[in-house]
Amino acid sequence: MSAEAAAEIRTTHILDLAAEGKRLDGRSPDEYRPIRIEPGFVATADGSALVRVGDTTVVAGIKLEPGKPFPDTPNAGVLTTNAELIPLSNAMFEPGPPQPGAIEVSRVVDRAIRAAETIDLTKLCVTPGEKSWVCYTDVHVIDHDGNLIDASLLAAVAALTRATVPAKRFGIAEADYPLAIQHVPIECTFVRLGDTIVVDPSFDEEQAAQGRLTVATDEVGRIVAMQKGLVGAFSPDDVKEIARRAFRHGERLRALARGGSA
Amino acid sequence: MGSVGAKEVPVLLSPEGLRIDGRKLDELRPIRIEAGPLHQADGSAFVEWGANKVMAAVYGPREVHPRHLQQNDKAVIQCRYNMAAFSVDERKRPGLDRRSQEISKVIGEAFESVVFAEEFPRTSIDVYIEVLQANAGTRCAGLVAASVALADAGIPMVDLLPAVAVGKVGGAIALDLKKEEDNYGEADLPMALVPQSGRLVLLQMEGHMTEEELSRSLELGVQGCQVIYEKMKAALRDKYSPRPTEGGAA
Amino acid sequence: MLVLPGEEIDSHGLKPGPGTYRVGGKVYASVLGLLSPRPPIVQVVALSGRYIPHPRDVVVGIVTDVQSTFWLLDIGAPRWAPLHMTGTPWKVDIGETDRYLRVGDAVVVEVESLEATGRIGVTMNGERLGKLEGGTIVHISPARVPRVVGRGGSMIETITRHTGAKVAVGQNGRVWVDGTPETIRRVSEVLRMIDEDGQRPGLTERVESYLLATMPTTERGPEEPPRESAHRDVPEDEGLPVPAGDEETETDEGPGEPGSEPP
Repeated sequence: MSAEAAAEIRTTHILDLAAEGKRLDGRSPDEYRPIRIEPGFVATADGSALVRVGDTTVVAGIKLEPGKPFPDTPNAGVLTTNAELIPLSNAMFEPGPPQPGAIEVSRVVDRAIRAAETIDLTKLCVTPGEKSWVCYTDVHVIDHDGNLIDASLLAAVAALTRATVPAKRFGIAEADYPLAIQHVPIECTFVRLGDTIVVDPSFDEEQAAQGRLTVATDEVGRIVAMQKGLVGAFSPDDVKEIARRAFRHGERLRALARGGSA
Repeated sequence: MGSVGAKEVPVLLSPEGLRIDGRKLDELRPIRIEAGPLHQADGSAFVEWGANKVMAAVYGPREVHPRHLQQNDKAVIQCRYNMAAFSVDERKRPGLDRRSQEISKVIGEAFESVVFAEEFPRTSIDVYIEVLQANAGTRCAGLVAASVALADAGIPMVDLLPAVAVGKVGGAIALDLKKEEDNYGEADLPMALVPQSGRLVLLQMEGHMTEEELSRSLELGVQGCQVIYEKMKAALRDKYSPRPTEGGAA
Repeated sequence: MLVLPGEEIDSHGLKPGPGTYRVGGKVYASVLGLLSPRPPIVQVVALSGRYIPHPRDVVVGIVTDVQSTFWLLDIGAPRWAPLHMTGTPWKVDIGETDRYLRVGDAVVVEVESLEATGRIGVTMNGERLGKLEGGTIVHISPARVPRVVGRGGSMIETITRHTGAKVAVGQNGRVWVDGTPETIRRVSEVLRMIDEDGQRPGLTERVESYLLATMPTTERGPEEPPRESAHRDVPEDEGLPVPAGDEETETDEGPGEPGSEPP
């Protein structure tokens, strides 16, 4: 069913439910929708995963190609993250250049991957200053029912942790080898619905939200990225509480990303 | 079509007349079609065809954006064929290149030839095709997916549109080329058929072939389309068939 | 019988109606749907797709735009439907439309006219038409509306009797539900069951057993008499000899909420 104009009474209803600690789909405020991870979904990629979070579906594909390192980091490989919010996935996306929403998802996912030092970039150097691997992470949103950031990073790390460097294909080494992973960041997104803060917002909940906060954590206890989005505000106590919840959910989601299907 | 340069050309046809993956000349790759996998779209379909994976979604008929494209007497059909960056061996830069735009145009026109667009003046029917994994024949796989998605979206049309490419490998006309055959083959001829009328609404050709080979290609392609047509119908029946105990007896 | 676009139909000499077309003396289906001979025509009733409006349909719409003399409503149809200020029970001055309805407001209106241009005329003048206050809106496929209503309104009666909810079923698959949060949740779940599962036999039994199983201990029976639904009473089964236009079927009862005067 195509998204239509958001009805005000629907928004009010979502807020009324939240006031009682309830949600449209029966979840508790601290509950994710069912998560399914299908690693290796795209054979043409060097690493890939299809991830479903409820009715949200994204596909991430990794591609590695030889390129030139940046002058200021001659001994390191290059990372690029791109998310495509294609019009196939939701009635509100239109064809054309990337919208701010897509760019935000790309950048928030990219920040977590980068800051967590997910990949050992020095291992992607081939000839210092001259040749290094460029690692592209492309995320394709197929079905958008909210919380694209968490689904996108989950797909990205599920793909990265299983990626292969195609060294043989490019004549750089005798054999392909696994991409060197150091840390696994997980992003958890929360929205405010009145005084209640719920995790993993659906599309409807995002429409009703009075502020959104994403916290990225890694497995060694670091917060590696944050992003406040949408119109609304959080108190410092809210932020601390959200961070605490993000660590707890992060642990479970990380195990899913590594282990595959839940 | 790849150029046949100095590189080693693999043997595309065995002395027994079998192709590199063991298929006969008139044999299709395995096809799986799923109707309606997406939740947001008005209609959708997923097609796995050989090593192709293609998703299609249809939105509409709905208000036209941008407005100036609106037609007073019928719906406009806006088609967008796009390849994911990771869908091919060498990463493709995101966004529509000239090839994608051309394919979008000919697929859109194929659908305009069969959709009863005059039933929905001043609206838009948006057809989105996303290639997630490519292995030759993506425009046909995309067309098949989009056609099932259109039916899933309840759009009135003359018929479903099965499509397939015929090509020339090792000097022989063969149905449904896979990537290696497409790269080293001598011709590629994708087509889409309206089974109800027996006419073709998409037809392209690249390479070279004789008049006799063209005749054989058309014959083989139409046959292939008929097989695909049955699979498209089966996918839709699978989603929509009411259980026989209810209503069916009336 | 399920038919697909392009499939030839045995028309038994009937004239091709909606969802069909004729070429060279043969009749074919143009949409995916159920073949329904309704003499003197044969038609295919679509099983999917957007809501296609018909005059006298009562529908639930959302205001998407406010102009000086009219509002644009999203009723889930191919086009937005203009509601002119004269089509309301209010005395609206030009330029004052936003005092009465704003973007995001939900309303119950009746389809009045369909023009060749695709324009959908709607009115709020009529019994049980008006602005909706409270509750929420649940979306189902328009093709499932007859199932939600049930034969002679039986399904909707079952739902309201077991939940005490107020329910207004728009012909466009937008269903307004009001009651306690728990009541709304139970009704939404039932609507989801019908939407996803409406083809399987034993639907009424499954709905009833779900409602009985989820009956809260504290909240029994309706708090107030359940509201009439905004359905048209259309038997949904294929092949039934029902007039194509439904002219003879009873009631175009709208939902109860009369348009409240804004301040």
